[in-house]
Amino acid sequence: MKKVLALLLALTLVFALAACGNQAADPSSSPAGSKSSESPGAETSDVKIGVILVHDENTGYDFAHIEGIRQAAAAVGVSDDRIVWKYNVSEDESCYDTATDLVEQGCGYIFSDSYGHQSYMQQAAEENPEVTFVAMTGDTAALSGLSNFKNAFNDTFQSRYVSGVVAGLKLAELVANGEVKDANKNADGTIKTGYVGAFPYAEVVSGYTAFYLGVKSIVENVAMSVTYTNSWYDPTAEAEAANALVSSGCIIISQHADSTGAPSACQALFDAGTTVYCVGYNIDMLSVAPDAALTSAQNDWSVYYTYAFGRILAGEEIATDWAEGYNEGAVLISELGASCAEGTAGKVAEIEAAIKDGSLNVFDTASFTVGGETVTSYLALDTDGDWAGDTGEAIENGVFSESTLRSAPYFGLRIDGITELNAS
Amino acid sequence: MNRKATEPFVRIVKRDGLPLWHSWLIRLAALALALAVCAAVIFAIVRLNPLRVYGAMWQGAFGSAKRGWITLRDTMMLLCIGVGLAPAFKMRFWNIGAEGQILVGGLATAACMIYFGSAIPTWALLLLTFAVSAAAGAVWGVLPAFFKARYGTNETLFTLMMNYVAIQLTAFFVAKWENPFGSNTVGIINQTHKSGWFPAVFGQQYLLNALLVLALTVFVFIYLRYTKHGYETAVVGESERTARYIGIDVRRVIIRTMLLSGAICGLAGFTAVAGASHTISTSTAGGRGFTAIIVAWLARFNTFVMILTAALLVFLEKGAIQIATQYNLNDYASQMITGIILFFILGSEFFINYRLIFRGKKEAD
Repeated sequence: MKKVLALLLALTLVFALAACGNQAADPSSSPAGSKSSESPGAETSDVKIGVILVHDENTGYDFAHIEGIRQAAAAVGVSDDRIVWKYNVSEDESCYDTATDLVEQGCGYIFSDSYGHQSYMQQAAEENPEVTFVAMTGDTAALSGLSNFKNAFNDTFQSRYVSGVVAGLKLAELVANGEVKDANKNADGTIKTGYVGAFPYAEVVSGYTAFYLGVKSIVENVAMSVTYTNSWYDPTAEAEAANALVSSGCIIISQHADSTGAPSACQALFDAGTTVYCVGYNIDMLSVAPDAALTSAQNDWSVYYTYAFGRILAGEEIATDWAEGYNEGAVLISELGASCAEGTAGKVAEIEAAIKDGSLNVFDTASFTVGGETVTSYLALDTDGDWAGDTGEAIENGVFSESTLRSAPYFGLRIDGITELNAS
Repeated sequence: MNRKATEPFVRIVKRDGLPLWHSWLIRLAALALALAVCAAVIFAIVRLNPLRVYGAMWQGAFGSAKRGWITLRDTMMLLCIGVGLAPAFKMRFWNIGAEGQILVGGLATAACMIYFGSAIPTWALLLLTFAVSAAAGAVWGVLPAFFKARYGTNETLFTLMMNYVAIQLTAFFVAKWENPFGSNTVGIINQTHKSGWFPAVFGQQYLLNALLVLALTVFVFIYLRYTKHGYETAVVGESERTARYIGIDVRRVIIRTMLLSGAICGLAGFTAVAGASHTISTSTAGGRGFTAIIVAWLARFNTFVMILTAALLVFLEKGAIQIATQYNLNDYASQMITGIILFFILGSEFFINYRLIFRGKKEAD
């Protein structure tokens, strides 16, 4: 017995030693070794790009970024081995650790995809002035005073408005067919719609307001209730919120949260005989809600990444704030579902063209009121940290111009017709 | 024993007095076997050279000075919690509430940083947060202890439920302190003037974390092994009745020990917030309060051995992240490796405590 054990031990030890010996003899076996530090940006072939993702390809939001980066890399000519991917980086000090680690690996440009990464990216940017950090969807780059810290965002409010138009056309059809019941109406006669939001902050407010205005441009007497889940990704909470909204009479449900929870819930209710349709976000919802889903507001991140990678290869600086919409093809809506009203495609094309040529402004102050009054002034930027705007007039010539003063949305007005059910 | 009758193929016999070097040899063998099995699994599934994968894991944990320091920082964090759990577990008080004790400690730290950040100098602020976070953790630890001592409540359930109270409390304050408004995150606290942050010692950002935790490690080791208090804790753990018989005030020992255990876990929260993340969220403890239970058990509550076990777990975690990046494997592959290694190491404890006697062998073998 002893001999067998001894033999086994000896064998395993040899194995372990072999493992150590190999490491010592072959340090170059790991491409991520810190010794291979290049001077970033010196030669285009030496450009190394780090990517920090909050989840992995299994969530719609991160998948959209991963696809965008892959397409951009292929279009601009950045080879795969020049991109270092870091998945599942949570929004805490591990983001800072990861960012500085990428710097050590020789990355000259580092992108993070989630809002919560921003302050850690900024901390890393402060300490590594030779490396450019881009916090996607962030909002503090311009005010940080750091020349190597950037933000970028798509004009998602435009595609939300268009998805609202799609929902509005469906609603008009439902009204014409007499499918809107009394239970679907408020006491004042407005038709109930619902929205599942993540957090009560400007990005979400801007998005649901744009959606609502899109619906309202087709059906005038409409009201919307917003429920917050306090999470970007929580399938259960999103489904529950959708169920609650529908049972309170909402006939159209849209969302600004990353899962398929709400559309799945709507499809289940639809199958059970309830009249309800939904508009998704980020990913095509037809696979989970073939009958209930109308369309989804989407981002095409490859537009930004192509721009940024192009600048990097050209050795030029990336814009501190970048925001584009339909003009550059950075936003879109997904394929229209079979349930969409007749003539939707034509109307969508018309609206998209109007947004492109500037004849249609999503936040035209004539189309909404706050407390019964038309809004004439709104300071968008906060410089003293009290979360109230103190500079940057956003309203000019009767138009609230979103994402022009900085890339991240700042439309924080709570307009008439929209009720937040659980704002903290 | 009638040897002629049906003797089982193998019998399990408890070992007594195994020499220390022998037990470590068994542990080492288990680790080597675990690595061998992992190698086979890696090769069978993804067709990668396992030695290179191990090399990548090493790179992930120690590939650069920075990575080494981060590995050290996380090891110290895990060690701190393990050290905090040690007195409670020694007393057979199943404190699975470390998660909550860390959170309230972190919450107290964040509160001090936010409200006194610009008012008092950093050294005073650090002393204040040290005291307040230890006190907060102690309160979270002593509540279940009080009820256990006074009314005989079940400490496992009580400490577990205290975790949820702490999580809700943290969620409330995160909403209160959120930055920017509506984002439901606190962001980096005092990002511009860094008050309340651990200062760099000898130019090393995380050296203070290590020094603080190592001091606690030495303190708890001495406390448990060489003091009257520590002896009383052990006696209460072995048998409450014996303790009562020899005149130990059991209630007092339970409360006193949990005060200490909670306070150290609270300090782990202090280290996590002031020394590493500089923010607070419901994931500040991040499950480490539970991972540390493995650390403490593997080390048999010997706080010096915990340095090894904590380092091993953190090494596996960092290595896992690296191979996920380097070979585009997702996290599950690395979790499998961690699982296999833990299985073997935990399994080796069986062979340290028992031995197998095969049929036909003399018992004296």
